[in-house]
Amino acid sequence: MERINVLVCAGTGCASSESMEVYNEFKKAAKKYGIEKEVRVVKTGCFGLCQKGPIVAVHPDKVFYCHVKVEDVDRIVSEHLYKGRVVKELELSDIDEETKEKVFEIDKIRFYAKQQRIALRNCGVINPEDIQEYIAKDGYMALGKAITEMTPQEVIDEILASGLRGRGGGGFPAGRKWQFAANQPKGQKYVICNADEGDPGAFMDRSILEGDPHSVIEAMAIAAYAIGADHGYIYIRAEYPIAVHRLELAIKDAKELGLLGNNIFGTDFNFDVEIRLGAGAFVCGEETALIMSIEGKRGMPVSRPPYPAVSGVWGKPTIINNVETYANVPIIINKGAEWFASIGTEKSKGTKVFALGGKIVNTGLVEIPMGTTLREIIYEIGGGIPNNKEFKAVQTGGPSGGLLTENQLDTPIDFDNLVALGSMMGSGGMIVLDEDNCVVDVARFYMDFIVDESCGKCTPCRIGTKRLLEILDKITKGEGTLEMLDELEDLSKHIKNNALCGLGQTAANPVLSTLSQFRDEYIAHIVDKKCPAHVCKDLLTYVIDPDLCKKCSICAKHCPVNCITGVPGKEPYVIDAEACIKCGSCVDVCRFNAIEKV
Amino acid sequence: MKSLEDLKKMREQALKKVDMRSGDKDYRVVVGMATCGIAAGARPVLNALVQETANNDYNCIVTQTGCIGLCVQEPIVEVFDKDNNKTTYVKVDPDKALRILKEHVGNGKIVEEYTIDSVK
Repeated sequence: MERINVLVCAGTGCASSESMEVYNEFKKAAKKYGIEKEVRVVKTGCFGLCQKGPIVAVHPDKVFYCHVKVEDVDRIVSEHLYKGRVVKELELSDIDEETKEKVFEIDKIRFYAKQQRIALRNCGVINPEDIQEYIAKDGYMALGKAITEMTPQEVIDEILASGLRGRGGGGFPAGRKWQFAANQPKGQKYVICNADEGDPGAFMDRSILEGDPHSVIEAMAIAAYAIGADHGYIYIRAEYPIAVHRLELAIKDAKELGLLGNNIFGTDFNFDVEIRLGAGAFVCGEETALIMSIEGKRGMPVSRPPYPAVSGVWGKPTIINNVETYANVPIIINKGAEWFASIGTEKSKGTKVFALGGKIVNTGLVEIPMGTTLREIIYEIGGGIPNNKEFKAVQTGGPSGGLLTENQLDTPIDFDNLVALGSMMGSGGMIVLDEDNCVVDVARFYMDFIVDESCGKCTPCRIGTKRLLEILDKITKGEGTLEMLDELEDLSKHIKNNALCGLGQTAANPVLSTLSQFRDEYIAHIVDKKCPAHVCKDLLTYVIDPDLCKKCSICAKHCPVNCITGVPGKEPYVIDAEACIKCGSCVDVCRFNAIEKV
Repeated sequence: MKSLEDLKKMREQALKKVDMRSGDKDYRVVVGMATCGIAAGARPVLNALVQETANNDYNCIVTQTGCIGLCVQEPIVEVFDKDNNKTTYVKVDPDKALRILKEHVGNGKIVEEYTIDSVK
């Protein structure tokens, strides 16, 4: 008889640190101790705390183990599962702020305490590869309720009343989109799920699809019923193999149970979904380019109107929503619009999932009610900046967004507040920068990305972003002039006003935002020829402090270009700045911190 | 699946698979499962508790702990209620365990004759 569930995270993050081997080892070890009938080992979705992965949860004990390695499994099974002694040193813990004591209860761990999991409600709870477990968590009840008890208009009204806005970046009210498509004359219509998550550092949609694929499929069926469609496409990039696999499995299982297909729940509603794999072009996250790609054409945007709700895939009315938007839909139908609208701020309802990355202690996936401040996310949930470094800025919205600084950290997060500050919500990437990050280099990084990803259709984006990149390159190399700052601004505004699609229109945001927030740093690069964060290689030199140098010669041994000279034990070492390629190897190997970047 | 009713039936069945993970139960039944407990026969007690709880949908989770420190009285079963009040039962065997489930967890009535106070 089963008495213990062991949930092993099978998301991409944990899987890349061997969680699948851990999963297999648990099965083996349970057998070894003769308790395989008592212990069920389950794969599950992302727990969010990717930094501490692989994560393993043991229920009903509510014990969370972190950094579990294959060789730890035997101990967990023999000690905890067999003898009931929790392996404390592997258990997830936090330090209570008041008592300064270690706490293990999940609701006392700061990473989880302020989170509210709605879109991620089943991630880390159910096995995404088992439709029964989804059904146990009220799965497909919302679809059943919608198509047997509600009219299509009632479904749309419910979504409208909930205030749900698109989680892909734009924040357009989902209900209004659905209404537009529903208002089109009867006939062939489509629903699309945009799973082409492309922002560097963002992985919310992947995690939802990996952890709870049925929620998205169910929501698409609800949307199809609401607008009168019978066919759906999930457009997902091929570089998400685990998510694709689980979606395929989910679609197959749903079809077998009759939850997809013809006459669902004995009604005359039919709905089928197919997966379309994208090749990973950023522009294909733009809805019109995505539609082109689904049609088998080159992924390039077209001008709107007509909007997809009027003329979308194959020229038919189509709604496109993002993965996270869909993941909210079933629970809104189940719990009601009023419940959802009670969470969040006046104009941004519900929660938002952020992928927290960069210079932050708890890298991972967090879901917070709208209105939570950036400070709460970074310092309480995220655990602050590692290595006692100084916070510099947080980047939101990916290549379309901007930087927010210390004095903006108390802003409650919602769609409109972030736009007002010159950034945007975007799909939910949140990258924290510390004093060691150079903002000019950050702007250059995003521009490099955009130049790669621009489809080339419209001139402002194709040529404009390339010119922006060239200017930024010059500045980071110490070849900039002050006039270039005005050029950057002019060109950025020009691109913003004239580019064809969202990608181009927002492409200059990282430049504009860094320029307005950190103009001093640009000027330091141009006038002083210095990179204050010591990142831009052409603007820094490595020097050895002769007082700190112990003359051990290790730096010279590791220098790939032999530009460090000295006499072991006798004369301090010196770097020949002319020959130095600034690789940093010497800094990494010096045990006395004698080498400095200036 | 032909109707919403079918889905609801399937959900009832499926709930058993994930029930253990929600943890919002009225009682927590803890079995001492260190070497002393196991030697004294804690495993059959644990198995009986798990089986019976599943069969009768008792409102409790059954879990285990290490040595409770009173090895002479093992197998020991502790029952915690919602307010974390603890009742300690000693020298439990599978039959006693079933009675504890039925009367204490099922009806909220402590089985006084098996508790640690009864042997003091």
